[in-house]
Amino acid sequence: MKILVCISSVPDTTSKISFEENDTKFSKGGIQYIIGPYDDYALARGVELRETLGGTLTVLNVGLADAEPQIRKALAIGADDAVRIDAEPTDSFFVASEIANYAKDKGFDLILMGRETTDYNSGVVHGIVGELLGIPSFSPVMELKLEGNTATLAREIEGGKEKLEANLPLVLGCQEPIAEWKIPNMRGIMSARTKPLAVIAPSSDALTSIDKYELPAPKGACKMISAEDAGSLIKLLQTEAKVL
Amino acid sequence: MSVLVYTELADGQFKKSSLEAIFYGSKVAAQVGGSMTVLAIGSASDDELAKAGNFGASKVLHANAQNLASENIMAYSKVLSETAKSLSAKVVISAKSSLADAVMARAAGALKAGLVGNVVELPNTTIGFKVKRSIFTGKAFAETSITSDIKFIAIKKNVLPLEETTNSATVEKLSVDTGSLTESSKVLETIKATGAVSLPEADLVVSGGRGMKGPENWQPLLDLAEALGAATACSKPVSDLDWRPHHEHVGQTGVKVAPNLYIACGISGAIQHLAGVNSSKVIVVINKDPEAPFFKAADYGIVGDVFDVLPKLTAAVKAL
Ligand SMILES: Cc1cc2nc3c(=O)[nH]c(=O)nc-3n(C[C@H](O)[C@H](O)[C@H](O)COP(=O)(O)OP(=O)(O)OC[C@H]3O[C@@H](n4cnc5c(N)ncnc54)[C@H](O)[C@@H]3O)c2cc1C
Repeated sequence: MKILVCISSVPDTTSKISFEENDTKFSKGGIQYIIGPYDDYALARGVELRETLGGTLTVLNVGLADAEPQIRKALAIGADDAVRIDAEPTDSFFVASEIANYAKDKGFDLILMGRETTDYNSGVVHGIVGELLGIPSFSPVMELKLEGNTATLAREIEGGKEKLEANLPLVLGCQEPIAEWKIPNMRGIMSARTKPLAVIAPSSDALTSIDKYELPAPKGACKMISAEDAGSLIKLLQTEAKVL
Repeated sequence: MSVLVYTELADGQFKKSSLEAIFYGSKVAAQVGGSMTVLAIGSASDDELAKAGNFGASKVLHANAQNLASENIMAYSKVLSETAKSLSAKVVISAKSSLADAVMARAAGALKAGLVGNVVELPNTTIGFKVKRSIFTGKAFAETSITSDIKFIAIKKNVLPLEETTNSATVEKLSVDTGSLTESSKVLETIKATGAVSLPEADLVVSGGRGMKGPENWQPLLDLAEALGAATACSKPVSDLDWRPHHEHVGQTGVKVAPNLYIACGISGAIQHLAGVNSSKVIVVINKDPEAPFFKAADYGIVGDVFDVLPKLTAAVKAL
């Protein structure tokens, strides 16, 4: 089994978001970076499959050098080797092209990643990669089992899930509860230091660019209603807020 | 400049979010001086499809074939990219959904088109083609230029208030070469809650957190949801504990909702939860702890026990 897991490096989910240089740049100062939470599920399932079926698991990140702690963490969790495509991941098509260019002649059976990143929330990289490689893609995948060349998976649909079967190779956008997030152990952390991490120059162009950032307008004050008189809220929702 | 809108059907009807995409598409077409075509895949009657006209469409292309009956990402994206090619569409629009994400992604890949999701306003086309989109799960916005020849955009729910007219659209069958849509997967089973209001589509949402104390206590919340005709949702720990099904989990790592009204019952308001609900127009918080962080993000708040407050709200809704 040859598995590729693509991870993003994103601000911790509790981060306060702010911008600089006249709102044209994201302020990285004071931000703690983590492996994208959805990518972390993909990685955890990839590591489980690699452990039970053997083979290799490569982790790939399109990002600058400041993503390396997150890549090392993925190695500590169980990836065998890592690749970093040395570029700022600003555009979905660009990131997907880089992944596809890297993967195209390497014969991966499975390409796993999160259903979306928690910074730009596009949720499209898996689909573009699948199309560029000419192989099927599915998302959001919440269960994945393999038997020989056949994958059985569950995809979340509105109001439920759909179980389906497809042959490898596949690209999957993953979400919980496909596996539980893994925490690296001491041995993993030690061995991660010496596992190979290749840095490759990018080879494609972005099709979108961000001109300016903006923060939402601050929320107004919360109107409190006493619990005794809770029913009066419904009238307010109808006549004042006009949402009923 | 030709505009193509990709729509989704549920139970033979346009999803509300798709009607929003059609309306948005008609505004974009007017802005760039082009025509708009609607693509609908799956089964629906011509009468239903003609309703696209009420929201600004003049023409609907309908693709319906056996292997298009259930959500088929590979086949749908092929139909979308082929249709875009044959119409020389320069702008392709959809409402954001997890299926549309997957379909739009592959079609954009096939057409080498820049794709921007979570768009919250009409594009600015005075210089280039710029869209404003929500990023960091609603914590910020980014004005983004799309520089490719063909542009793909997916809009968020509730971006433009729908305006309905009495116009009707012509419906044309789109002949699909089903032979070329290779079967890459086989659906084994579809498990779906029946009769429930779809959460991503809902205008009203009632949501429960760990403060509900256990799955056996959900009835008062379900009663309020039923009285309102609302969808039900929950916080992550609630679905992790299997108190409620996973597709109800909202937040940064769950469904992102943008209803007109979100009622949070016994939810503390952790930043990851807020990330999935902060696009709601009006937020009501019911929590027994006056210090619960959720009150800072709320429009209306009630400090009290959910089990005392919920029946009062239900009674008041029934009395409307
Ligand atoms: C990477 C990451 C991603 C995450 N993603 C998500 C996500 O997508 N969605 C999500 O929801 N969470 C997410 N979380 C978890 C999040 O941090 C919180 O732990 C979670 O939202 C808390 O859920 P809760 O409010 O239901 O429970 P609690 O925080 O335990 O809050 C329960 C609340 O109920 C109130 N209460 C108790 N009894 C009553 C009563 N009788 N009447 C009224 N009020 C009562 C309490 O005062 C309290 O405020 C994520 C966490 C991480 C680390």
